[in-house]
Amino acid sequence: MNLAMADIRHKLGRFVLTCLGLGLLMGVALSMVGIYQGVVSEALALSRSLRADLWVVESGTRGPFAEASRIPGDVREMVARLPGVAAAGAITLRTAEAQAPQGTIRVQVIGYEPGRPGGPSVIASGRGLGGGRFEIVADARSGLPLGATLMLGRNRYHVVGTTRGLVASGGDPLIFMQLRDSQDLQFRLAPAAARRAIAANSAGGGTDTVNAIIARLHPDADPALVAETARRWKHLSALTDQEQSNLLTQSVVNRARVQLGMFTVVLLFVSAVIIALIIYTMTMDKLREIATLKLIGAPDRTIIGLVLQQALLLGGMAYVAAVGLVFAARDVFPRTVALGPAEVAVMAVVITVICLLGSLVSIRAALRIEPQQALGG
Amino acid sequence: MAGPLVQVEKLSKTFGAGETAVRALAEVDLVVEAGEVVGLKGPSGSGKSTLLNLIACIQEPTAGRLSIGGQVVWNGQWRVPDLRRLRRERIGFIFQFHNLLPFLNAVDNVALAMTLDGVDRTTARQWAGALLDYLQVGKRASAMPSRLSGGEAQRVAIARALVNRPQVILADEPTAALDSERARVVMDLLRQVAQEQQAAILVVTHDEKIFDRFDRMVALRDGRIEADERRAM
Repeated sequence: MNLAMADIRHKLGRFVLTCLGLGLLMGVALSMVGIYQGVVSEALALSRSLRADLWVVESGTRGPFAEASRIPGDVREMVARLPGVAAAGAITLRTAEAQAPQGTIRVQVIGYEPGRPGGPSVIASGRGLGGGRFEIVADARSGLPLGATLMLGRNRYHVVGTTRGLVASGGDPLIFMQLRDSQDLQFRLAPAAARRAIAANSAGGGTDTVNAIIARLHPDADPALVAETARRWKHLSALTDQEQSNLLTQSVVNRARVQLGMFTVVLLFVSAVIIALIIYTMTMDKLREIATLKLIGAPDRTIIGLVLQQALLLGGMAYVAAVGLVFAARDVFPRTVALGPAEVAVMAVVITVICLLGSLVSIRAALRIEPQQALGG
Repeated sequence: MAGPLVQVEKLSKTFGAGETAVRALAEVDLVVEAGEVVGLKGPSGSGKSTLLNLIACIQEPTAGRLSIGGQVVWNGQWRVPDLRRLRRERIGFIFQFHNLLPFLNAVDNVALAMTLDGVDRTTARQWAGALLDYLQVGKRASAMPSRLSGGEAQRVAIARALVNRPQVILADEPTAALDSERARVVMDLLRQVAQEQQAAILVVTHDEKIFDRFDRMVALRDGRIEADERRAM
């Protein structure tokens, strides 16, 4: 005879409401885990999509994500000739606010040369960039459909393809365009400023500047060795993809990551306290029944089983509600909520441990109930 | 008669120590034979509930000797390693407010006492159902306690107390929540059980309308037995 289930059935409405309430709290904690993972995956999304083995940037910087980096465009040819390099491409990166049909949107613009490293690895719909100018491939997170137009700077761009899940470390959706377009956008001066620069005889008119050169290596090439070779040019720095990834997660998004991590820990602690209180209240509600059970000879394992099973059922059902809630709502979040089977499973283990620990106080209290408390009015 | 099922010798209970010590029970002697229904009466604080608790093995005596079913249970220390098992197998309890578990229906409340003793649920429910029939509440077997009348609930509670065929049945004001008619029915039922199962029944009561249903009436005052009267039935 399962007393825990019988008691739950008896107060089913109350139990379900408690589970839903606790599920909301667990849902928030689970969302934080997902957002934490999302920050990391967003930070790495671009570098992973570009499938670069080597990043060549301005000397003395750790660009182009952690610091600003500007190098001449022709460095690409120098890098391409390094031993072990299979292909090299120049890229520019710039955060911009653009006028989209739905309003002003914030995007990260990537300029690259089609046919060379630097473009998106997968096109979700439409096509990649061809030879034509003023075309863009936009990530779905920007809300731009195929065929839409986007006003960037002084020019109008047409969406010819879309990607999925490509965002910058700050969560801004990526927009890919021709390198020449992005250089114009980034480095060409406005007409009035250009006239002033020419009058002052300064070199304001040159735009063959890029932020980084990325290279893919031959399978047998050692990235560290090729990076070391590139660093011999005094005006350049080089990072392997692993170094770039470490930089992204440990420097660029580190503060956000730690903040989210600490908030998640606080939420889990709050959840643990609330779970313990709910289990304690559920147990103390049955004080007379537990005393009666002891009086009629129920062994301790029956009492422990009653409390423990209810605690685990409460935690289990609340967690199922939490998972359902988060998975139903995660696309509504402005930033990626990255939850996979591993995160869900680890969180399930954490919740189980919390329920077990939370029920210890209640079990201790239940075992201290005296059987004579069943007597009298 | 098969001999005393409850034997209390010079049993004392003191709460606290030193100047604040309260002697709730002072060297009480009491013997209850098989088939006997004994009433315990007395004013509040006279020690009747303490005596019931000591016989139920839910409080430890301070001095004296206690035997249940011929086995010494306490004589300076507990002589039975598992008191809950002793209660489960040898003692049945009936409470003032029935104390049925609100989340089990009538038949499961009765069967629970058997399943705690290791009997499988199907067999336990069959026995419980038969006992409820015997106590004339079989038709209410699937009802939850909140749906039972006071009399029905008390019969179910009696069935729970009887289902493991205990040697001793302890009842704490079992008729306090019942009207006169139902109180008499419950007491007649307990008398019938005492006779048929040869059980010793000890009932704490203030209810004068059922005093005539006891074989003996023991009066307690200030922790001592003031009177022990055998009644002619």
